[in-house]
Amino acid sequence: MIGSEVIVDHVSKSFDTFCALGDVSLKIRQGEFFSLLGPSGCGKTTLLRIIAGFESPDSGNILLDNENVVALSPDKRRCNTVFQSYALFPHLSIYENVAFPLRLKKVKESVIDEKVQYYLNLVQLNSQMSKMPNQISGGQKQRVAIARALINEPKVLLLDEPLSALDAKLRTNLLRELDRIHDQIGITFIYVTHDQTEALSVSDRIAVMNHGKILQVGEPYEIYESPSTGFVANFIGETNSFTAVVEECEKLNETNYLCTLMSKQLGKIQITDYEETKPGQKVSISVRPEKINISLDEKNQFPGTNIFSGIVEEPVYAGFQSKLFVRLDNGTLIKIYQQHKKYLEDGPEINYQDRVYISWTAEDGYIIEDIEN
Amino acid sequence: MKNYKHLTFPMSIFLSIFFLLPLIFVIFYSFMEKGLYGGVVNVFSFDAYKQIFQRSYQIITLRTLLIALEATVITVVLALICAYAIAQSHHQTLFLSLIVLPFLTNSLIRIFAWMSILSTDGMLNNLLLKIGIISNPLSLLYNRNAVILIMVYMYLPYAILPIFSAIDSFDFSLLEASRDLGATKFQGIRKVLFPSIKNGINTSILFTFIPAFGAYTISLLVGGKDSYLLGNLIVDQITKTRNWPLAAAFSLLLTLVSIVGILYIYRRPSYAKKSKKYQKGK
Repeated sequence: MIGSEVIVDHVSKSFDTFCALGDVSLKIRQGEFFSLLGPSGCGKTTLLRIIAGFESPDSGNILLDNENVVALSPDKRRCNTVFQSYALFPHLSIYENVAFPLRLKKVKESVIDEKVQYYLNLVQLNSQMSKMPNQISGGQKQRVAIARALINEPKVLLLDEPLSALDAKLRTNLLRELDRIHDQIGITFIYVTHDQTEALSVSDRIAVMNHGKILQVGEPYEIYESPSTGFVANFIGETNSFTAVVEECEKLNETNYLCTLMSKQLGKIQITDYEETKPGQKVSISVRPEKINISLDEKNQFPGTNIFSGIVEEPVYAGFQSKLFVRLDNGTLIKIYQQHKKYLEDGPEINYQDRVYISWTAEDGYIIEDIEN
Repeated sequence: MKNYKHLTFPMSIFLSIFFLLPLIFVIFYSFMEKGLYGGVVNVFSFDAYKQIFQRSYQIITLRTLLIALEATVITVVLALICAYAIAQSHHQTLFLSLIVLPFLTNSLIRIFAWMSILSTDGMLNNLLLKIGIISNPLSLLYNRNAVILIMVYMYLPYAILPIFSAIDSFDFSLLEASRDLGATKFQGIRKVLFPSIKNGINTSILFTFIPAFGAYTISLLVGGKDSYLLGNLIVDQITKTRNWPLAAAFSLLLTLVSIVGILYIYRRPSYAKKSKKYQKGK
C-alpha cells in the first residue's frame, strides 16, 4: 500500500478567543512516520482533528495527494484515526469492532472474515476476537483500535496520543510495534504526542509545536542537536522534571527572567527563563541530567543556588559517562550524567551509598510547561 | 472483605409483605366465586377467567393495549429528543429540575389543570377563537386523544430521566470514531448511539407502558366512551358490579402483561448471539 502526501496549507483555527492554530503550513511526505510534538494545548491535536475532518479550519486547506479535502466529512476521507481513549464500541465484540467499517460497506461475509483475521493477526490479537472490549486490557484495546483503523485501508493513519493512557512498559512495546506495522503497511502515519522520547525513537520527521505554531520541522537528530528555539531545546532530551509553584519572578535583562520557585520535590529553587511567569503559577520545571554538578565535597559547589544533598542509589557505568541516581534527603530521585575523567586509573569517583552534594546554576534549569490550573 | 449480604434480609421481609402477599391474595380471589354484596365466597371457581374472554371485555383489553402502546411510542420518542437536548445543553441542572418540578403538585391537580386548558370554554379554545382559526369551540376533552395526551404529559418525566442518564454517560467520541470509520451521521446514531443507550430506552419504555396500561384516573377524568380502559373496568367491577373475582383476574392480566413486557425487553442482548458466530480462533 502507498500512503498519501499530506499538505497543510496556511491553516488557522480559533475557538472563541483562543487561537489554537495560527497559519500553520506543513508538508508530510508519502509513507512517512511524522510526529507532531508539543505540550498540551499547543494545537497538535487540533491539527490532527482538522486533517481527520472533525474540525474545519477557519482558513487554509488540507490536501491529500493534491486533492483539497477541507469540504469532505470524515467518512469521505481516506484517513483513519486511532483515538487516545481507544473509542471501541462497548456493545460489539473485538471481532465486530474491527469488522464495523466493512459491515457499513456491506462487504461479503467471507471477505470480512479474511480481513478481520489479517488485521487482528497484524496486531497479534487473534486469540481475543470473541471478547468484549471491557474484558481486555488497555494495551489490547489500543491494538484493536489500530486494527479497526487500518481495515479500511486508509492512506493516512492519524494517531492521537495513542499510548498516553498506557503504562510505561506497555508504551515502549506498543511503540515498537507501531513502528513495525508502519514498515509492514507503508502508509503515512501522523503521530501526535507530547512525549519527546516516543517522537525521537520512531519518527522519520518531527514537527515541534507550541502555542499554535510550528517551531521546527526536521529529522529527530536535527531537532535534538540543533534546536531552533529555546523552547525546542527545552522540550527535547532527557531531563529531570518537577512541578513547582512560582514564588517570585524578576527581570534580569532584556530576554531573561530569574524565577524563584517552590517545588514539592525539591524545596526552594531558582531558574532563569525567557518568559515571565507570575507568582502563584503552577509550572513544570526541568533540569538536564548532564547539567547537574555532583561532588563528594559540599565546598566544591557553585555558591548560592540549587544545592541539595543525597545518597547515591544506583551508579551505572555507561561507557562515555556514568549515570547516577541520587535519592535526595526528602525522597526525590534525581538522575545525573557525569563525564568520566580517569576511570581506569582512579576507579569511580563516586560510589554506591556515598553522600553527595549536587547543584545546578539557575541558567541550567528550564521552565517547560505550564500545568493547566 | 467481609460479606454483608445477609444484612439485606429486611428488604426481603419488606418485599414479601408489600408485594408478594397482596399478589397472592389477588390470585386467590380470582379463583373464587363472587359474593353477593362484594367480596368473595370461599368456593373454587373458574368463572372469572371464563368472563375475561367475553367479547366486550376483549375489546376493552385490546383498546387498553393499543392506547398504552400509542402513548408509550409518543412519550419515548419525545423523551429521546428531550434527553438528547438536555444532555447536550450547558444548563442540565436547570432543565432537570424543571422536569422534576411537576412532581411537587398532586397529579390529580395537574389533570384538572389540563381540563381547564382543554375544555370547550377553556384557554386553548378561547385563544383559537380569538385568533380566528376556528369559529366553533373544539371538543378536546372526553375522548381517546385527550387520554393519550395526558398520558404522554404524565409519564414523560419518567421516560426522560433514564434516557438522559444513558446519554449523559455515553462517550460521544464513539460517534466521532464511527464517522471516522465511514459511517454517516445517521448510521452512527443507529449503530453506535442507540445500542449504547438501549438500556435507558428500555427502562423508559417500561416506565411509560406499565403505568399507561394500568391507568385509571386519566381515562376517568378526561376519557370518553372510546377510552374506557381496563383500570376503569377493574374499579367498576369492585365498586359497582361487585364482581371481585373478575376484578382480581383483570388485575392479574395487567400484572402478567407487564411481566411479559419486562422479560421481553431485558432478554439476552442480540449482539451476544451475533458475535457467537465468530468464536473461532479461540
